[in-house]
Amino acid sequence: MTATPAPGAPLSAPLVVEFPFTRSLGPVQSAFLTGLRERTVLGVRTDAGTVLVPPVEYDPETAGELRDLVRVAPAGTVTTWAWNPAPTSGQPLPTPFAWVLVRLDGADSALLHALDAPGPDAVRTGMRVRIRWAGRRSGAITDIACFEPCRDAPGEDWPRPHSGRFDDPVTGFVAPARLEYTYAPGRAQSAYLHALAERRTVGERCPSCRKVYVPPRGACPTCGVATAEQVEVGPRGTVTTFCIVNIKAKNAAIEVPYVYAHIALDGADLALHGRIGGIPYDRVRMGLRVEPVWTDDGRYPDHYRPTGEPDADYDTYKELL
Amino acid sequence: MSREPVAVVGVGQTRHVAARRDVSIAGLVREAAARALEDAELTWTDIDAVVIGKAPDFFEGLMMPELYLADALGAVGKPILRVHTAGSVGGSTALVAANLVAARVHRTVLTLAFEKQSESNAMWGLSLPVPFQQPLLAGAGGFFAPHVRAYMRRSGAPDTVGALVAYKDRRNALKNPCAHLHENDITLEKVMASPMLWDPIRYSETCPSSDGACAMVLADRAGAARSPRPPAWVHGGAMRSEPTMFAGKDFVSPQAGRDCSADVYRQAGIAEPRREIDAAEIYVPFSWYEPMWLENLGFAEVGEGWKLTESGVTELDGDLPVNPSGGVLSANPIGASGMIRFAEAALQVRGQAGEHQVDGARRALGHAYGGGSQFFAMWLVGDRPPDR
Repeated sequence: MTATPAPGAPLSAPLVVEFPFTRSLGPVQSAFLTGLRERTVLGVRTDAGTVLVPPVEYDPETAGELRDLVRVAPAGTVTTWAWNPAPTSGQPLPTPFAWVLVRLDGADSALLHALDAPGPDAVRTGMRVRIRWAGRRSGAITDIACFEPCRDAPGEDWPRPHSGRFDDPVTGFVAPARLEYTYAPGRAQSAYLHALAERRTVGERCPSCRKVYVPPRGACPTCGVATAEQVEVGPRGTVTTFCIVNIKAKNAAIEVPYVYAHIALDGADLALHGRIGGIPYDRVRMGLRVEPVWTDDGRYPDHYRPTGEPDADYDTYKELL
Repeated sequence: MSREPVAVVGVGQTRHVAARRDVSIAGLVREAAARALEDAELTWTDIDAVVIGKAPDFFEGLMMPELYLADALGAVGKPILRVHTAGSVGGSTALVAANLVAARVHRTVLTLAFEKQSESNAMWGLSLPVPFQQPLLAGAGGFFAPHVRAYMRRSGAPDTVGALVAYKDRRNALKNPCAHLHENDITLEKVMASPMLWDPIRYSETCPSSDGACAMVLADRAGAARSPRPPAWVHGGAMRSEPTMFAGKDFVSPQAGRDCSADVYRQAGIAEPRREIDAAEIYVPFSWYEPMWLENLGFAEVGEGWKLTESGVTELDGDLPVNPSGGVLSANPIGASGMIRFAEAALQVRGQAGEHQVDGARRALGHAYGGGSQFFAMWLVGDRPPDR
């Protein structure tokens, strides 16, 4: 959470979503990335006879399957560029550099990469550049550390045939995807959370259908109107339906088996979800009357336990399953 | 002006498996698309537009698939659209494609949906640790299991019905070469003895995690006339949505599902679905959803769906075969699963379903749903052109 908000103020907090994703490469990208590991740049010949670098699996004009790999030179010509005066983390070079499109000798398309140059005055369209290979290469586009200026004349004998076969080919990699943003639950949920801190559950009533939403979202999804009237519900409620969880979820601290239930708090018009404790898992039933059990550090009740009241009649909660 | 009749003239699927490490995602979709073209005896140049669907971006970490996959799907110089409706996406993608033909915007449309669950983080993608919110305590099955218990309470169904569905679908899958699960030694006893994961849902009553793609070529009346094999004709198609959570939401039989099927039957002129429909491919990710959806889709009275299952009506040789392909319980490439239902319905009325063909199927329903019972998509296909 950010700085302590004023009492009742809307909350906000950073939210980072980051997962690793596996990618299988298929035959063409496998050959291209394995080639980089071996300091070999491969392109693919299209149905029209042009050479695309990086190579693609399917012809952008005819949709034909492309498998005719060729090797192109490690040097080429800048076709256009833009100066990057302030590199950010994760970019190819830590010092200012030029983004360049380089047409490698033997290729008909240009590859995007970074050019290590002292300043924008040292960069021009048509200049000759060559690959600076990374010291440690793993079969990734970053095996090309960057490009650097050179005086090599354009090579005449490119492209050259290549089988695309290497020992120990790279067949896949793991790429992280990351989103980072600020999450703001809004006025209604913030009010709900502030009340929870006082161990009270406060929903909002729709002015049109009169249903009480817990947690409130500031609007009734059925009527499409804003809600404002606050209504305290619970603390007791009824188990409307449930399941017995027998497999441990990733990162879950709870020992199995346990009961995961839908609980309609008294006065609420839809059920919320919670764990049932204080009773053997195989004795939990629909209609069981429960109350929240709080811990000192929890934002939400740790679990719900039986109140000892008689079970609720099915007709009283059958619309709240 | 009347709508152009829409025909399915080509169907292609991958052989769905746990992991396709040998192909890129482009290679996977290409395989299904090429098979659909081959079935229709058409080439890439015959296609006017491409409509593609997949599960939510963070399932596979693949943003903008329409951009990455345009080359593989021959979309250069043509319109390509992406459709986005969670687990129902395969169905709604096919309907968007069908509507482009019905509206005479395009004459021949390639539609495709896919998923590489082996390269996904489906569970994480589903339950993000959102600040201030109570974490989901039970995983995907834990979301569904309480609704199954609610159905059992409401209908009084005996607790064996879920196992009967799984046993039937896994046996049907043995007749479908594209199905992921081929459990040759399946028995009802084995299903009943499988571990109870989220009581009342057993392990064998849950869907697998699959890699796969499904494609169809849709054409207008002229395209259907040139089709080398019998086409399937679209007699009705509809989509409906409702919020995931609202006061009065019926998770056992959602209003949006009832409305969606009623719209499809109205378009197709069907008064008695149970009698007039010969086969159904229904999105059943957990076995108990078969009886639940039979009621939701109007094949049975409320509380009676399980009787169709129990009496064998939904078996391959029954009166209303449900999921002759083996269904989602036997192959679940999530993004593609809805389109597989639509495509399998088309195969049935084309008489092209092979070993799992329902004899004499003339009208079949394809059904998809997703997003916490939020989105529904369905179509009804027949062996004759629509007469209305």
